[in-house]
Amino acid sequence: MNRAVIDLWVGLFVAMGLAALLFLGLKAANLGATDIGETYSLQARFDNIGGLKVRGPVKSAGVVVGRVSEIRFDAESYTALVSMQVDKRYQFPRDTFATINTSGLLGEQYVGFEVGGDPDMLKAGDVLKKTQSAVVLEKLISQFMFNKASGDEGKK
Amino acid sequence: MNSLFFATLPLLLATSASADPLVQIRDLSFAYDSRSILSGINITIPRGKVVAIMGPSGCGKTTTLRLIGGQLRPTAGEVLVAGQVVHEFDDDGLYRMRRRMGMLFQFGALFTDMSVYDNVAFQMREHTDLPEALIHDLVLMKLHAVGLRGAHRLMPAELSGGMARRVALARAIALDPMLIMYDEPFAGLDPISLSIIGELIRTLNDALGASSIVVTHDVHESLKIVDYIYFVSEGKIVAEGTAEEIKESQAPYVHQFVWGEADGPVPFHYPARPYGEEMMEQPSRPRRWWS
Amino acid sequence: MNNARVQQILRQMGHQVTDRLWRLGFACRFLLMTVLYSGTALKRFHLTIREIYFTGVLSLIIILVSGMFVGMVLGLQGYDTLQRYGAAESLGVLVALSLVRELGPVVAALLFASRAGSAITAEIGLMKATEQLSAMEMMAVSPIARVVAPRFWAGVISMPMLAALFSAMGVLGGYLVGVQLIGVDEGAFWSQMQAAVDFRQDIMNGVIKSFVFGVLVSWIAVFEGFDADPTAEGVSRATTRTVVTSSLAILAADFVLTAFMFRGI
Repeated sequence: MNRAVIDLWVGLFVAMGLAALLFLGLKAANLGATDIGETYSLQARFDNIGGLKVRGPVKSAGVVVGRVSEIRFDAESYTALVSMQVDKRYQFPRDTFATINTSGLLGEQYVGFEVGGDPDMLKAGDVLKKTQSAVVLEKLISQFMFNKASGDEGKK
Repeated sequence: MNSLFFATLPLLLATSASADPLVQIRDLSFAYDSRSILSGINITIPRGKVVAIMGPSGCGKTTTLRLIGGQLRPTAGEVLVAGQVVHEFDDDGLYRMRRRMGMLFQFGALFTDMSVYDNVAFQMREHTDLPEALIHDLVLMKLHAVGLRGAHRLMPAELSGGMARRVALARAIALDPMLIMYDEPFAGLDPISLSIIGELIRTLNDALGASSIVVTHDVHESLKIVDYIYFVSEGKIVAEGTAEEIKESQAPYVHQFVWGEADGPVPFHYPARPYGEEMMEQPSRPRRWWS
Repeated sequence: MNNARVQQILRQMGHQVTDRLWRLGFACRFLLMTVLYSGTALKRFHLTIREIYFTGVLSLIIILVSGMFVGMVLGLQGYDTLQRYGAAESLGVLVALSLVRELGPVVAALLFASRAGSAITAEIGLMKATEQLSAMEMMAVSPIARVVAPRFWAGVISMPMLAALFSAMGVLGGYLVGVQLIGVDEGAFWSQMQAAVDFRQDIMNGVIKSFVFGVLVSWIAVFEGFDADPTAEGVSRATTRTVVTSSLAILAADFVLTAFMFRGI
């Protein structure tokens, strides 16, 4: 076959391969779309982080504002120390409340920021004071059972 | 530059040193593992001559060609080409020597994925920087010499056996070699193609000022064209001489071979135990489940 | 008598083992030579491009069609299982992750081995059987540089492309079945997929896998062709061996690579 025709086909082939890779990168993965530009770092202590993972999202009012960058166990206070990279465009008050939530019933877990009313803003490297741990299903159930039991006793 | 050098090389060699032979094989032995193929053969190929190596199938003729081309290493002895020992070359030296050799393989061995034209142009493109226009002229010249200029667009699959052999011959002489080797050039050809190839071997050898080695078992065609003949049997040279000497030879083996007799020093029967004894005994092998 | 038989069996087994080891050693040396002699294949790149046409472009149809079907089956099966847990929206995640991480590289490589690998082996084996490789050597052209290396590199280059195409087609097939046919929410399908699939962790690792498979399949294919007995029977046996050996090699290498890549964080 003619060399020019072969070159054309091979060129088309390589272009298709790269296009497929681009499609996978842009459409199937999160490349580009949720790329956070410049960030600053915040930290928070939790008694229990549940199933939170590194690179999990940080959301405020449901919007992704950052990502979890590191999860460590603090051996002194016996708590989990979660570091987050938050988008520079967003500032949060000092009394922002960090919670660990679950998207849907079985979905992935994320850090949620509930904004307080402090006029001062958090700076890079600050630690969020007020946190709420992940809801652990077993605890929830036992709590419910205990309440129910004590409620029944009260009625008697 | 290179190509010009190669083009003029055969002429230079032919004029400057016609005294010493081009190829000299001294006490050459070769064995695959422990199976001996050649043992202690001596062959001399003088410059400008066509020499035949004859013998029955499987006697080591093709092995001899491979030893000359450096594709195999001898177990003992040596092959000298233009005064240099072949098996002492390094890879580069070997490749440089092979550029001055042409070889015609048994069934042509044309590259099946290239046209006739590209087959002949192959070596010119690989080894020289000649412009495509010049290669075009050279290829058509070579093809013209074998009478197939009109077939240059065909693919090897479209050629008859004889034509394929001729294209392979054109390819073998593409770089004007000083030595052309033919591995069974007459095998499987019709009488017309046979005499064409025979004719070409002689004329190309003389026109190029090259030397040729023809490995064959076709007695009649080769006796017509060659200058000297070596007979090989079971890895040894059993007879040698010019075509006339061979025809007149009374050596029983040569006589049987030249006249194609069914029985003689080469027996008709493969070695076996006495006939009667073998017929009397029961087959000892148990029946297999599939039989 | 029994003793002699045992001895014979042992000797045969020993012979088998040394034979395999010898072939493995030869194959390694052959790979090294192929890489060392790659100058021609890379300098005269049109030789390699020609082979990419034969190995890559001609495998396109089978890869695209199979990728589509595998994605569609994943869509059906995945939906069937996920909807029991009320997680049908995660269908995109299931389809994309299984394709990008595993099925894309592995199935594409298996198809590539049987489509292109066997063709390479048969071609080189036939060239050997018809003395074309010998002729090339006698013309002072190294068959490894001129015949083997371009085919090897063509395979190595084609494989990641084919695997990416396979995955992309599979995702499309899953989308067609999941969203268009069954009616999973389109937004959830894509957004959950995007949230779960990581470019470096998943897609690039898939590309690395397919690159490794490309090296393996091409290596096995050219080696079996070069090492084939120069007879019709030998070539056909070598072709079979290429498909069997490279399939096993792909699956084994996939396990090793997966173990290295996806250790849960």
